[in-house]
Amino acid sequence: MQRLRVRYAKRGRARFASHRDFGRALERALRRAAIPMAFSSGFNPHPRISYANAATTGAASEAEYLEIGLAEHRDPEWVRDTLNAAMPEGLVIVEVAEANGGSLTERLAASRWQVQLSGADAEVLAAAAAQLLASESALVERTTKSGLRSFDVRPALRSLTVIDGGLELVVATSEPLVRPDDVLAALTALRPELDTGVPALFSRLAQGPWDGERIGDPLRG
Amino acid sequence: MTAAPLYPRLEPLLTQVAKPVQYIGGEVNSVSKPFAEAEVSWALMYPDAYEVGQPNQGLAILYEILNETDWLLAERTFSIWPDLAALMRTAGVPQFTWENHLPVRAFDLLGVSFSTELGYTNLLEALDLAGIALHSADRGEDEPIVIAGGHAAFNPEPIADFIDAAVLGDGEQAAMAVSKIVRDWKAEDRPGGRQGLLLRLATSGVAYVPSLYEVSYAESGELAAVAPLLAQVPSRVAKHTLMELDNWPYPSKPIVPLAETVHERYSVEIFRGCTRGCRFCQAGMITRPVRERNIQTVGAMVADGIAATGLDEVGLLSLSSADHSEIGPITTELADRYADSFVSLSLPSTRVDAFNIDLADVLSRNGRRSGLTFAPEGGSERLRKVINKMVSEDDLINTVAVAFGKGWRQVKLYFMCGLPTETDEDVLAIADMAARVIEAGRRAAGTKDVRCTISIGGFVPKAHTPFQWVAQLDPETVDRRLRMLKEKVREDRRYGRAISVRYHDGKPGQIEGLLSRGDRRVGKVIEAVWRDGGKLDGWSEHFSYERWTAAAERELAPLGLDLDWYTTRERRHREVLPWDHLDAGLDREWLWQDYEDAMGEASVEDCRWAGCYNCGVCPELGTEIQIGPTGRSLLPLVNLRPDQD
Ligand code: B12
Ligand code: SF4
Repeated sequence: MQRLRVRYAKRGRARFASHRDFGRALERALRRAAIPMAFSSGFNPHPRISYANAATTGAASEAEYLEIGLAEHRDPEWVRDTLNAAMPEGLVIVEVAEANGGSLTERLAASRWQVQLSGADAEVLAAAAAQLLASESALVERTTKSGLRSFDVRPALRSLTVIDGGLELVVATSEPLVRPDDVLAALTALRPELDTGVPALFSRLAQGPWDGERIGDPLRG
Repeated sequence: MTAAPLYPRLEPLLTQVAKPVQYIGGEVNSVSKPFAEAEVSWALMYPDAYEVGQPNQGLAILYEILNETDWLLAERTFSIWPDLAALMRTAGVPQFTWENHLPVRAFDLLGVSFSTELGYTNLLEALDLAGIALHSADRGEDEPIVIAGGHAAFNPEPIADFIDAAVLGDGEQAAMAVSKIVRDWKAEDRPGGRQGLLLRLATSGVAYVPSLYEVSYAESGELAAVAPLLAQVPSRVAKHTLMELDNWPYPSKPIVPLAETVHERYSVEIFRGCTRGCRFCQAGMITRPVRERNIQTVGAMVADGIAATGLDEVGLLSLSSADHSEIGPITTELADRYADSFVSLSLPSTRVDAFNIDLADVLSRNGRRSGLTFAPEGGSERLRKVINKMVSEDDLINTVAVAFGKGWRQVKLYFMCGLPTETDEDVLAIADMAARVIEAGRRAAGTKDVRCTISIGGFVPKAHTPFQWVAQLDPETVDRRLRMLKEKVREDRRYGRAISVRYHDGKPGQIEGLLSRGDRRVGKVIEAVWRDGGKLDGWSEHFSYERWTAAAERELAPLGLDLDWYTTRERRHREVLPWDHLDAGLDREWLWQDYEDAMGEASVEDCRWAGCYNCGVCPELGTEIQIGPTGRSLLPLVNLRPDQD
């Protein structure tokens, strides 16, 4: 079995595709493109696909990852191009590479996110960011599958900068998972006027190993 | 015409609603053409949520045919859930199309497909969200022509005030004919304006234009006459019938939804029409005669459809799929062809005989033998004679025994409650039948682990059927009979636990009855219900019986009419029915005769095998039965998979 690692993007309107929507689209595209998939054994065989760390519905992303198993050997670039031709608009296969040992999930140690905030005052934002970075903990609440949960966003937060029209931040992949909307909730708790009524838009720019300064490429090294 | 995409204004709203993915478009096989370059543009609407509307076969066909034509463009639109609709109203974002998120109001035509009458309030909601005048009489020159199609369009009278035109029957050629008329009219610089165009549609016979007909009423409340207002407008409008379906292999590359929908398979309509003659079935009456696709077309459509969509389930659809003259070879050869692949095949068949079991066996060769479905429709043999569903109870039991003997473990039986002449005993007989099914099933299967599900809904009399004259059973009696049935099953100590009863209460059926056989006066009720907040009436969580009955009382009382007048009242033989001027090809006197036969418990054979019995359709419309067998086999597959190097 040939193991290939895939980086894909959710762009434009496709940001609203959920993880399950993507899964169905991928499986259909794999069939349309006649990629020779390896199947799990058993009564109801499934194509070998393992997902890692999918972004939430509504978030755009340039850096989603998964791994597939092929029954026959194929050139990774051929797989990328053939698959791309079969995917719906906005779900784009950016890169396909041979799996090179190590666990993909472990390499996805941190994510860089961009948060688009229309109407938020840049100075208030900068002040809230500084305050959050200076604090040791910041509790937020979010409804999860298991009900309303409260957790600390601060330990997972690696960097937080104010950019034109919003924020850029790096969060470590943690348990429970801290999402960029949690960080925004923490900032809004500090400065309620950041809630402008216009919903923020989230985009994942990169995902991979974190060296304290930069996010590396999880498909290499 | 130019139109600015609405997506940038829609996107922030989508982050705040449930299942936003349904609104984004861009699916595999969706078609996006430059709007300004099209000579004629269609917005095609299924008036229900995306998850129900997208899989609709009829619109998928029209979408492909229209978009294949270089001077035409078609985009889709669906009902919008209340959460998004509220945000759109606040933000001033109008009803949009899915491909390029253009305002529906910018299109030349808005084609709406009505499979069910319960979609009428959704039409009003969409018109209002689109900023299109609700009443055709109020529409301006720059507003789209609103055209209804689909089965419910065979009696469009209740929505006559809201639509500009209706197309009856098959849409493949009719939609092209409409498009050509619009193109010519635009090219000639719109002579006569909007009215001029409607007149052309009417005089050509392509479409029914309600505003060109006057309805007059008698003292009794009955219709007195429906007459064209102008001499050149035909007094009757006939349905369209597509012949030689092998030349129309659509849909060939249907859209593959990104969002989840009710029906995720590639469907091939293996034939259109049905002449089994079930007297309650509007679909069977209005789609005559039977026109088959041959085994080779079916095989090619399946192969191409899988390649184009990547779907792993194929449905061989039609009103009674097992009746195809080549169904044996079609299923076996397809099952052989796809034996070692990811593709599974299904055949929604409700025929009650051993042959059906053979087909089901072939299709489930390497899958699970979970459930089989049969539709006896009536609980007693007498009642089945009335509805012309000729299944004897012994046949049913024998068939079920064969199925259980072959490893099937569950059967689902479909019935209707409220059929003409029905008594309590007829409905209670369903419980006896189910008990016999379990008894025979346990014996044949050699295990107690067999199940039977009874699914039962209220019967709604429909236009253009032999039962178009009958009194609909009141919802209270329907509900009482259904409760009695449930009670009787529960009291059955031996078999009751192996039987489950699923039923829909009679209330939505009464409203469907009002809309199905309603006339133009019912339009006021629909509008009142929508103004009171009614929409998405096909969804039990949105349907409000009280809203409908209150509106009906308010709007109909001044006319001396009520809900009962439209539903539980039996019509006179010679009464002018609201759809009499709309021609499904069926001879009215034949329908009446068939109704009398029903009362006499006399059955009619299928004209495919027993010869023509003069229902009127073939001579009236110049059509004929087109069936095999052709004796051919599937054509060998060439180039099934795209190049791999
Ligand atoms: C036969 C049938 C089935 C068969 C076959 C389906 C098929 N052939 O596609 C089977 C048993 C498989 C089936 C299954 C189901 N069905 Co069904 N089915 C029907 C039925 C009776 C006829 C559909 C049909 O023949 N389609 C064939 C196509 C080609 O015809 P068409 O859509 O009428 O379109 C043609 C013309 O009418 C015309 N036309 C149509 N619109 C327009 C518009 C314009 C502008 C013009 C010019 C022309 C035009 O052009 C088209 C091409 O010729 C309809 C009821 C009805 N009266 O339509 C219900 C119906 C569509 N089904 C329904 C449902 C719920 C289902 C199921 C989800 C049931 C379930 N719970 O499993 C499944 C899902 C599968 C599916 N296909 O969606 C509902 C939909 C409810 C809703 N809210 O809209 C309906 C309306 C029945 C009902 N009243 O509840 N179904
Ligand atoms: S006219 Fe005769 S052959 Fe044609 S559908 Fe009616 S009964 Fe059948």
